[in-house]
Amino acid sequence: MKNFKKLLKFMEGYKLIYFLGMLSILISQLFTTITPLVLQTTIDNIIGDKPIESSFVENTIAYLGGKDYLRNNLWIIGIIIISIAMFRGLFLLLRSTMASKTAESTAKRMRDNLYDHIQRLPYEYHVKAETGDLIQRCTSDVDTIRRFLAIQLVEVSGSLFMLGFILTIIFRINIKMALISILVLPFTFLFAFIFFSRVKKSFEASDEAEAKMTTTLQENLTGIRVVKAFARQKYEVEKFDEKNKDYQNLTYKLLKELATYWGISDFFSLGQVGLVVIFGGILTYRGELSLGSYVAFISYINMLVWPVRQLGRMLTDMGKAFVSLERIDEILKEPIEILFENNEKPEIKGNIEFNNVSFQYEKNKPVLNNISFKVKAGETLALIGPTGSGKSSLVHLLARLYEYNEGSIKIDGIELNTIDKGWIRKNVGLVLQEPFLYAKTIRENIKLANPSLKDEKVVNAAKVASIHEDIKSFEKGYDTFVGERGVSLSGGQKQRMSIARTIINDCPIVIFDDSLSAVDTETDISIRKALNKRRNKATTIIISHRISTVSEADQILVIDKGKIVQRGSHHDLIKEEGLYKRVYNIQSSLDDELIS
Amino acid sequence: MQESTNHDKIQLNIFKNLLIFVKPYKGLFLILTTIMVILGVLDSIFPLLTKYAIDNFVEKRNITGLGRFEIIYFLAVAALAITAYYFIKIAGKLDTLMAYDIRKKCFEKLQILSLSYYDDKAVGWLMARMTSDITRLAETISWSLVDLAWGLSMMLAVTIAMFRLNYKLALITLSVIPFVAMVSFYFQRKILKAQREVRKLNSKITAAYNEDIQGAKTTKTLVREEINLKEFSEITTSMRDSSIRATIVSSIYLPIILTLASIGTALALNYGGKGVIFNTISFGTLVAFISYTTQFYEPIRQIAVIFAELQGAQASAERVFSLLNEEPDIVDTKEVVEKYGDLLNPKKEHWPEIKGGVEFRNVTFSYKTGETVLENFNLKVNPGETIALVGETGSGKSTIVNLFCRFYEPTSGEILIDGINYKDLPQNWIHENLGYVLQSPHLFSGTIRDNIRYGNLDATDEDIINAAKLVNAHEFIMEMEKGYDTEVGEGGGLLSTGQKQLISFARAIVRNPRLFVLDEATSSIDTETEKIIQDAINKVLEGRTSFVIAHRLSTIRNAHRILVIRDGKIVESGNHRELIQQKGYYYNLYTNQFIEERSKDVLR
Repeated sequence: MKNFKKLLKFMEGYKLIYFLGMLSILISQLFTTITPLVLQTTIDNIIGDKPIESSFVENTIAYLGGKDYLRNNLWIIGIIIISIAMFRGLFLLLRSTMASKTAESTAKRMRDNLYDHIQRLPYEYHVKAETGDLIQRCTSDVDTIRRFLAIQLVEVSGSLFMLGFILTIIFRINIKMALISILVLPFTFLFAFIFFSRVKKSFEASDEAEAKMTTTLQENLTGIRVVKAFARQKYEVEKFDEKNKDYQNLTYKLLKELATYWGISDFFSLGQVGLVVIFGGILTYRGELSLGSYVAFISYINMLVWPVRQLGRMLTDMGKAFVSLERIDEILKEPIEILFENNEKPEIKGNIEFNNVSFQYEKNKPVLNNISFKVKAGETLALIGPTGSGKSSLVHLLARLYEYNEGSIKIDGIELNTIDKGWIRKNVGLVLQEPFLYAKTIRENIKLANPSLKDEKVVNAAKVASIHEDIKSFEKGYDTFVGERGVSLSGGQKQRMSIARTIINDCPIVIFDDSLSAVDTETDISIRKALNKRRNKATTIIISHRISTVSEADQILVIDKGKIVQRGSHHDLIKEEGLYKRVYNIQSSLDDELIS
Repeated sequence: MQESTNHDKIQLNIFKNLLIFVKPYKGLFLILTTIMVILGVLDSIFPLLTKYAIDNFVEKRNITGLGRFEIIYFLAVAALAITAYYFIKIAGKLDTLMAYDIRKKCFEKLQILSLSYYDDKAVGWLMARMTSDITRLAETISWSLVDLAWGLSMMLAVTIAMFRLNYKLALITLSVIPFVAMVSFYFQRKILKAQREVRKLNSKITAAYNEDIQGAKTTKTLVREEINLKEFSEITTSMRDSSIRATIVSSIYLPIILTLASIGTALALNYGGKGVIFNTISFGTLVAFISYTTQFYEPIRQIAVIFAELQGAQASAERVFSLLNEEPDIVDTKEVVEKYGDLLNPKKEHWPEIKGGVEFRNVTFSYKTGETVLENFNLKVNPGETIALVGETGSGKSTIVNLFCRFYEPTSGEILIDGINYKDLPQNWIHENLGYVLQSPHLFSGTIRDNIRYGNLDATDEDIINAAKLVNAHEFIMEMEKGYDTEVGEGGGLLSTGQKQLISFARAIVRNPRLFVLDEATSSIDTETEKIIQDAINKVLEGRTSFVIAHRLSTIRNAHRILVIRDGKIVESGNHRELIQQKGYYYNLYTNQFIEERSKDVLR
């Protein structure tokens, strides 16, 4: 029930339309069940000469011109049958339109909500996020609910209405015959219900095998260079063949089970029809049933057996919708970040002060420990240290991607965690270690943060990031489409793209989180030179393994195991024994040969 | 990624192509078609049975044949149930087996195709061919075509039954059928088009979610949330509108068909009723005709659906066959295959041993687009020599390595290995003897052990540990809970880039190859670790012919020969010392890293 309420919340604004859709189903089913009655009356009372029992029917026939008139003008009955079909069709159309409107709008709302919610989930969440699982929830789970509203609920209600109408009618025509007509139906239903609950495992097994096959395929295609270089084609073919065969076997197994189901349920359903034909025949022979009623029973039983057979399946499917709802809700329950909370938007000049800042992702596993330093606006700070020492965490704190646990971080004297996240991020340009490009053109990728920027600025940013020449060499220049995750660009080009899209925003603070690692030394130097030349020089924080990159910073922090172990300028640090000097010696030991 | 969109006509030649895949299952197909014909005929029998019941038991009041009737009826029911069972079972078998076959063929093709094929194709694009297109194709062949057999035979059987019962009434009631057919074909095509639109939008939505999740960090740093949502909302809005439109199109179709069918019923009732009144037609016949009019439109609808689906499957078929008909750029000659076997069935026992002498003789290489990267390139490498390639992005370094690895072949000129033109040997001959470490170290899901063993399937656990130790990976591997049995995740996602690089290093080392290529192999390893594995690299490269590309000069300075490449030409060549003395490009590049701090030191 709780789940049902959740669903209703997503349907907000469409509940009335959906209700009207349900009403249309009711009406269309009413029309459906009338036709056999018309045929029955025609056969019994108009073509045949049975006396008319119901006064309603008698009045209607009299209204239409009387029995004899109709007998000579059967086309009038024909027109009635056609009209009924048309009305039925009309309400069917209304039903589908309204149900689809509700279902599609609900699905859209879910999709939008999920999309927005996911992008606002904290950074932490995304570090661990399983893309495949999330996408599955956002796409197929939403679709399950959409189908529930658009098809299953509609069909099931339709079947139930129909069942209600038909049972009322046939029990009024002949109780004995009606009982015979529904003899097998419960079994058909139960069989379907049990079968589809049981066969779930086979469905899952087949899906799982498919997923495994797809993963193998994907890994092979993304690693095709490795496959070729290691001459592993044969090995890969065998590996894939195994998964492919598994998938084939399990799917075939599933289909065989389904074949059994359809075979048996066909037998049940047609057997039920058979019972009606035979017993109806006997009853009619005995005179307990009129010929028209006999024909009506045959029509009705054909209308009943197929929906009942579907009902069992539909009901098991409907269960899935609530599981899906649960899975979607799990995402939506995750707390999100609020980007603009207090509307605290101070002008940011770029003075940064860390005071005894400590930070940990998990309890008792400190990542940063008592970090203190000061950077004045316009200065450059460099961070160097082994992988996993906490450099990235430090700059992530500055962009409020994580919240510090202890100490204080001040920007221009204001405590960082009082400034809105969104505002801070607009002012802190962070170039991430692993560049992600959108499936858009290069131009759009550079002005990602602000699509209204002028092309001139785009070119300027590209020039500063030393990517302009590369872009110009592409056939379509700035309109080149960056493929799936930027496939058509090299690692270095991607890094430079992400530098361009950050510096275009003229942030007062810019952070390069090892974002020049795939760029060659020359380009690295030219990018940094260009950055230094810019007016209103930003406060810059650079993380790098390259001494040459960090050496010209105003201040260098050497970080190891979450602590600042050394600090100072390049000149200071190369004189001190320690990590910096060791790294420097390694990198410049090459240099000895130069002098010799 | 252009795709032709004009599939309004059914093109027979595409389906002719498909016969290759149908051929192995000719027998099954024949059985299946027979079953479908039986099913169609059985379906048309039931109204006749009803008619018999009405005419004999009710009208003629003769109940003597009841027992036999009961038996016949239930035999028909049983027969129908059994044929339905076999229909699904056999069609399912065909479906899954053909999908398996096509997928297997396509996968093999993908393994054989040269790397140049992958240059301009996104993985997702290939995946779509391998998954949904093949599934669709196999489904259409096995289910739709047999459904067609069912529909046609049922229609035929019903028509025959109706004409035998009363040909005049048959003609009258069947007069509706052409309209039903026309409406069906018109609408099914429209429905399919609308659905195609929906599917297209659906994949857009999936792609957008992918970006939403994988790009979330970027979104945060750029505060792009609102613009993102606006863009996404546009897609979901058109998705909603297109879906509703598609539903409406198909829900207009059904009422029209129902109305047309009711006209059939009305005609049967009108003329049949008159016949009953004038005693020219039995009651049973009338009832049978009324049943038939409701039964007839289903196969027509089915056939219309099938034709629409065939059009859709055609697009899938085209895409699958364009992959299957793709010819690899690099093909071993007939003689080579005869002597040394092909990619998937190599005859390794005939392969000559490799020493490692390499010679580029007047090699020119241009891309298909016409862009020339190398022109008249000459290079001779002695066995065991380490060659480092230095130069800017796009200078041709990677092309030289790709040519050496025979990922590409020279447009003109030749490359000799141990004095033999490598085209006279199978392409995998080089690869079998190659240790290759890439900038982006791709790992496969499985354990660390599996991944290292990928380099040499015969490697013992000891070999694996030794290789890991050599590249300094053993320590971090052992720190993990499960050590070498730690799962690396999809694409190695559970490891850091540096760790992945070390493992890919170990993977190359365990091969014990004669030739080595390091392509930016150490870019993501921190300096101290790099220093440690540098010694390992030096040890590993000893006695092996190797090519090294690196931005970090520490990696290349021990090379026997350093080549500075610019615009596809060797502009400088020599060992580190020689090049430094030349004071050319290499000197500048090399000193750049230090020149600034040096000068600052001096200024002090």
